[in-house]
Amino acid sequence: MMGYIVRRLLLTVPVLLGISVIVFLVISLIPGDPATAILGAYATPENVARINAELGLDKPLPVQFLTWLGGVLEGDLGRSYSLNRPVAAEVIDRLVPTLILAGAALTLCTLFGVLGGVVAAVKQYGWQDKLVTLLVLIGISTPSFFLGIVLILWFSVRLEWFPTGGMYALFGDGGLLDLLHHLALPALTLAVVATGVVARLTRANMLEVLRQDYVRTARAKGLREGRVIYKHALKNALVNIIPIIGIQTGFVLSGAVYIESVFQWPGIGRMLVTAISTRDILLVQGGVLVVAACYVLINLLADVLQAALDPRVKV
Amino acid sequence: MTSLALDETGDAPPRSRPSAWNRLSRNALATFGLVLVVAIAAIAAAAPLLPLADPNATDVANRLQPVFSDGHWLGTDQLGRDILSRLIWGTRVSLAVGIAATLVATAIGALIGLVAAYYGRWTDTLLMRGIDMLMAFPYLLLALAIVAVLGPGLLNAMVAIALVNIPFFARAVRGATVSLVTREYVDAARLCGMSNPRIIAREIFPNVLPVIVITMSTTLGWMILETAGLSFLGLGAQPPQADLGSMLGDGRKLIVTAPHVATIPGLVILLLVIGTNLLGDGLRDVLDPRLKSGALARPMAVTAVDASAGRPAAGAPNAAEAPLLSVQGLETHFVMGRAVFRAVNGVSFDVAAGEAVGIVGESGSGKSVTALSLLGLVPTPPGRIVGGDIRFRGESLIGAPLSRLQDIRGNRIAYIFQDPLTTLNPLLTVGEQVTEAVRRHQNLDSGRARQWTLELFERVQIPRAKERLASYPHELSGGQRQRVGIAMALANDPDLIIADEPTTALDVTTQAQVLKLLDELRRERGAALIFITHDFGVVSELCDRILVMYAGRVVEEGPVEAVFADPRHPYTRRLMACVPILGEPERSIDAIPGLPPAVNRLPPGCAFAPRCPLVLDACRHGEIPLDRLGDGRAARCIRAQESDQESSDA
Repeated sequence: MMGYIVRRLLLTVPVLLGISVIVFLVISLIPGDPATAILGAYATPENVARINAELGLDKPLPVQFLTWLGGVLEGDLGRSYSLNRPVAAEVIDRLVPTLILAGAALTLCTLFGVLGGVVAAVKQYGWQDKLVTLLVLIGISTPSFFLGIVLILWFSVRLEWFPTGGMYALFGDGGLLDLLHHLALPALTLAVVATGVVARLTRANMLEVLRQDYVRTARAKGLREGRVIYKHALKNALVNIIPIIGIQTGFVLSGAVYIESVFQWPGIGRMLVTAISTRDILLVQGGVLVVAACYVLINLLADVLQAALDPRVKV
Repeated sequence: MTSLALDETGDAPPRSRPSAWNRLSRNALATFGLVLVVAIAAIAAAAPLLPLADPNATDVANRLQPVFSDGHWLGTDQLGRDILSRLIWGTRVSLAVGIAATLVATAIGALIGLVAAYYGRWTDTLLMRGIDMLMAFPYLLLALAIVAVLGPGLLNAMVAIALVNIPFFARAVRGATVSLVTREYVDAARLCGMSNPRIIAREIFPNVLPVIVITMSTTLGWMILETAGLSFLGLGAQPPQADLGSMLGDGRKLIVTAPHVATIPGLVILLLVIGTNLLGDGLRDVLDPRLKSGALARPMAVTAVDASAGRPAAGAPNAAEAPLLSVQGLETHFVMGRAVFRAVNGVSFDVAAGEAVGIVGESGSGKSVTALSLLGLVPTPPGRIVGGDIRFRGESLIGAPLSRLQDIRGNRIAYIFQDPLTTLNPLLTVGEQVTEAVRRHQNLDSGRARQWTLELFERVQIPRAKERLASYPHELSGGQRQRVGIAMALANDPDLIIADEPTTALDVTTQAQVLKLLDELRRERGAALIFITHDFGVVSELCDRILVMYAGRVVEEGPVEAVFADPRHPYTRRLMACVPILGEPERSIDAIPGLPPAVNRLPPGCAFAPRCPLVLDACRHGEIPLDRLGDGRAARCIRAQESDQESSDA
């Protein structure tokens, strides 16, 4: 197993390198001039030249890339113009709340998505299946930013059960309870779309697995349906579902941008939106790079989990 | 050449398929989606013609009017602008941007996919690795990076969303194209000197079009949602221009005082996206026959039984006199749409305690379905037991509660299936899988169940049995896997073992060993055996009695030696002629000419008549009964009493 993990880790190196190339190229190649972007209305030719020199933009592209990559490897993502502090420090500060939010949403979507999918598959064409199918349809069609507003309106403004937003006191006075209180609505909102996708794919996978010969064997042994479904079928379906959940992380991290904005959650998504409106290109670059790297590592984790569950994967 | 790439499922029944439009309209949800999308799109398109207020005319005196107020059906926003008018104009923008993004992503993505698959090699590797890299990003973050550089704005938002969706199209189209480029007609076009771009455009593109349409229709809703999302964040439409997303984004600041300003555009986005998703799913069902509902139906825990089946026959014998197993007039059908396949069509036979009965027939003769029907293991849908009765020690199994069947399954009656690689669970150790059967029916703690499993493994002669308990099925050889299957069947000392072609997947030497083992263990324990095979040779070694099945019916039965010495049904004779005999190389292994009839269109009279060398006119009319010939023999042939004519010309 250790060997498998090490090999998979080595395989992620080129992926991470590719990601950094893309992030770098998007910022450098797409028409639009960072210097002008940074300076906005104050863009005199002298100022543009000064900024370009400061950013090393007067050098050839590969040199620029290597210089930048060297910095990244040392943890230097540049300096944020709008915040006047190192990008790396800001990104790390904002990453923790985002990971908490995304982690909570992933937990919810896995629990409810797998449960809903299994129920729908087991009761195929029954009312439970129709209900799940309907909920899935609504779930994946609902704009999460709209759902968030509706939930705030209902549960925070009308019923006053939850705060309207923010995440005060991560490790402060309120403790875990306060965190959960602030986390509930945004995590739920963020989980809705992913839950729909996971439920849909779980249902399809379960239907596929339930047709397999080994399920018939399990039944021919006289096993009760509960054991046939949860021990024999679900375990096989999970082998396929786990990578799907890994991929859902990408959608959850994307959706977090909206949710953080709606609930004023102090995460990296909201930082990116603010950075775009202040044209803080380096902050955007650093944020995108770090989140993408997290996503790659989470998918690596999903692969390792899958390998742990499936003895056929060569470890 | 005109067939759709996805259309070639091959063995579908040759029924004329209803047109795509018919199937789409039969899908109520898809129709609803279509109506919804068309209605919204029509209203949005007609915006300039409708008597709407100027969407940008401010009237601060009348700001934040509620819904249904005078002159403003949906009220006014924070600047006193008419919400209905803004909504319709905003929908127009959102739709246009969503569609434009979809078209751009489709065009570029499909081109990449086609080129990668068609040219293959390094072109493919290079393009697809690039696509993989793009997919390594959470898509929205990449879009944000693009917007960050291009600057906020509706056009830039559209470009960003289109770019980050290219990988989905490229992958889907490449996947569909790869299987096409090796087709004969593509080679033919190449030999005709057609240029590569022309082949892609003329020969390949039309065939991947369904995949493109499916991907487009399932992505459109998503694109509308995402472009609205960027506008919501203030990165898309900039004032005074408005789309649904920016209206929602502006309105959310007023959520406490005037919630309708935000909720109305939000609801329209929701409706629009639900509509496109429903339509997309419907289109996919229509264009991709693999996804037609019913094709993926899950089998239930027990075969469905019609009310007409399982009625106890008059004067049912009491348990003491009853044979171990008695099957009377069993009918199991497969119902697929309007077609009914009579897989088992009135089969009757008895098995006495300790007796070995062979059921022989070609594939599709109904022998396996008969065996699976005994304990309700025929998958439903599509299988149903529609008639007859099955009695085990005098107790009717048809219509018995599932819990009763589960008590008998694997306990009194055990199965051994054909291919042990697919019939063993790949994720559980073989030890676990056998122990599980033991513990289900015997009250043993886990240690003693394991001990018993080990004994079973030793008894079926699995080498290094103790280590093998912890092996997974894929780590064993085919012969060892089938030994595990036999151990599983013997786990609870059953009265009856049903072995369904247990050695077909094995090589010849292993076959002989496994059969010998099965036979010894069965005799040792006095269990009865139903042995299903197409191999007459094996039956003669293992069985006491033989049943020959054809097209869902028993056509001949009797003691093995008698049937071998003097087969009475022409089909039996033909089947026996197919068995090669050692030392007679010249003996022609003549397969039976013709094919068995489709059991949804059985001919009247004898089902074998079309292939029978001895056929008479009378064979094609009426029901041919199973004639009792004495000495426990029977044959379903009107010429069964005649002397053997065919043997002379064999």
